[in-house]
Amino acid sequence: MQTKKTSELNGRFGQYGGQYIPETLMSEVTKLAKAYERYRNDPDFQAEMMDLLKNYANRPSLLYYAKRMTADLGGAQIYFKREDLNHTGSHKINNVIGQILLAKKMGKTRVIAETGAGQHGVATATVAALMGMECEIFMGQVDTKRQALNVYRMELLGAKVNSITTGTGTLKDAVNAAMQEWSRRTSDTHYVIGSVMGPYPFPTMVSDFQSIISKEIKQQLQEETGKLPDAVVACVGGGSNAMGAFYHFIDEPTVRLIGCEAAGKGVDTKQHAATIERGSVGIFHGMKSKFLQNEDGQIDQVYSISAGLDYPGIGPQHAALADTKRAEYVGITDDEAVEAFEYIARQEGIIAAIESCHAVAYVMKLAPQMKKDQIIVCNLSGRGDKDVAAIARYKGEKIYD
Amino acid sequence: MSQLLRDTKERKFMTEQRLREAFGKQHKTFIGFVTAGDPTFDKSVASILALDAGGADVVEVGIPFSDPVADGPVIQDADLRAFAAGITTTKVFELVEEVRRKSDVSLVLLVYLNNIFKYGYDRFFSKCKQVGIDGVIIPDLPMEERGEVLPFAHKYQCALIPLVSPTSAKRIPQIVQGTTGFVYVVSSMGVTGVRSQLDSNLEDMIAAIRNSTDAPIAVGFGIHTPEQAAKIAAIADGVIVGSAIVKIIAQNTAETSKKITEYTRKMSKAIYKINREKSL
Repeated sequence: MQTKKTSELNGRFGQYGGQYIPETLMSEVTKLAKAYERYRNDPDFQAEMMDLLKNYANRPSLLYYAKRMTADLGGAQIYFKREDLNHTGSHKINNVIGQILLAKKMGKTRVIAETGAGQHGVATATVAALMGMECEIFMGQVDTKRQALNVYRMELLGAKVNSITTGTGTLKDAVNAAMQEWSRRTSDTHYVIGSVMGPYPFPTMVSDFQSIISKEIKQQLQEETGKLPDAVVACVGGGSNAMGAFYHFIDEPTVRLIGCEAAGKGVDTKQHAATIERGSVGIFHGMKSKFLQNEDGQIDQVYSISAGLDYPGIGPQHAALADTKRAEYVGITDDEAVEAFEYIARQEGIIAAIESCHAVAYVMKLAPQMKKDQIIVCNLSGRGDKDVAAIARYKGEKIYD
Repeated sequence: MSQLLRDTKERKFMTEQRLREAFGKQHKTFIGFVTAGDPTFDKSVASILALDAGGADVVEVGIPFSDPVADGPVIQDADLRAFAAGITTTKVFELVEEVRRKSDVSLVLLVYLNNIFKYGYDRFFSKCKQVGIDGVIIPDLPMEERGEVLPFAHKYQCALIPLVSPTSAKRIPQIVQGTTGFVYVVSSMGVTGVRSQLDSNLEDMIAAIRNSTDAPIAVGFGIHTPEQAAKIAAIADGVIVGSAIVKIIAQNTAETSKKITEYTRKMSKAIYKINREKSL
């Protein structure tokens, strides 16, 4: 498997990846890499993790055939991988269970995490509660407002939520704050990075933990149709749900892999977060990858209606997959995502996260162009309850949660 | 001040030597920090000259970064002021040239790796040499990744100053191997900013570094009082003060330069009392 081979070369994926972090964190990150290398092949660790995924997180998640959408769009057969049905409502829990279990093995008693939409924060607060660990979440001030309900959820679960006012007050700033907190306190604390980003071993580890998504898709689709999908579509912010959905198909050349980036108000405006489409190579948040930045290397203030995709970078594996053209990346605007949000609700009775609706929007474009015997699997990375009030406001309704 | 600095041939030799000279004086070395362009181009030039006038042996000039992950709120705010005044990497080099017309104080840059990467490694270090930068401190470049930068620093005789932190422990011998310039010891965990207490582990750290290199050792992060400076100077070769100076700059009054010079004088006096021979 391409990703496995490259990840063993100290976290390099082509020219991307690496460990570009302050010396204060290097010793801890090195310990983490060693612990991960040990436990990733440890049958007891894997068994414990699988037990939690099955009996706590509700895995395997359904692979659902979207009959009405398939008929309405009149092209490829459409399947949704229902990560929205996981406990806590998104794919984030797959990674959090793995990392917190690992943190526990390393003797940590406290976890910290950044969050954008709040899904990763909620997942971290949940598993921290389950495992009796102290938990602190860092969330941009703008995001605490647009995702107020998730802030209360995290507090309900016993976590302390820090509202970050620096910079744009969004996901990037939450990552900065969490990294700073970690550099203050590593002895008892693990930083649960929520996406396939940051210094090695995070991109490798997070994509391993999320790879269960494509493992299940492959098996479930095989059982149902005896085939591989023709296309796998997923939204991309940092890129963890997409890496999870792509992982076991990377070495299947007939499967198109399509990542949907947030084009916000359009990639030709300044208000978007389409990193592959408009970014350039840089070094930030511990990794060499693609970033939206100016010619001096100052990181851009990006924008998306979706707090979870509102990030100026992308994981190094995606940057490499884009370079080799193994995966395609397309931009989806706010308007298209909101249209998809309404469409999937009416067609299938599913309220999907606005992040995931970026992928649904692309399925709406792609399916009619494909043949009826072809198959698209779209990863529904999360549920949309958190977005209902914000979308209502976007549509001009005066609703507040 | 010095006419000879305008002679580029002379400057070529100075670049290599200035840092060595800064640490070769009878007294311990005082290093002050200024964010380039904070709050304006001209005022930060004045602040650097004020540090020089107060007795700073080295001035660390920060290139502002949009996301300074290793810095506390004081320096983050300085970066924002500098951006508001329109600072760019190109202007930082112009600013250094401006300083060099008036001062031969040793200058090092504090710069996040992405700023160098985007400027181009070769172009950046070549520019450093051209304008008279003696060393570069890159807070997000650990030894694991420095191989991609080091050849360019060497090519243009610019010191790549390594950082050692309280958790470096077994990493120290490798980190300080081949050090040019000096070793930057991060006094405590976390980010830059004034602290009332410094890491008690400092003496052990310095001893471990001395076991592995003859390069001078300067300590930074959290130091702001003359008492702290004197304590550090008793065990290290140099003292680095950042946030405390940036706080004076943040007041942005007609007295700022005077205050910086006074503060620097007070701090350098405190460490001048410590005879270099005593600790060696």
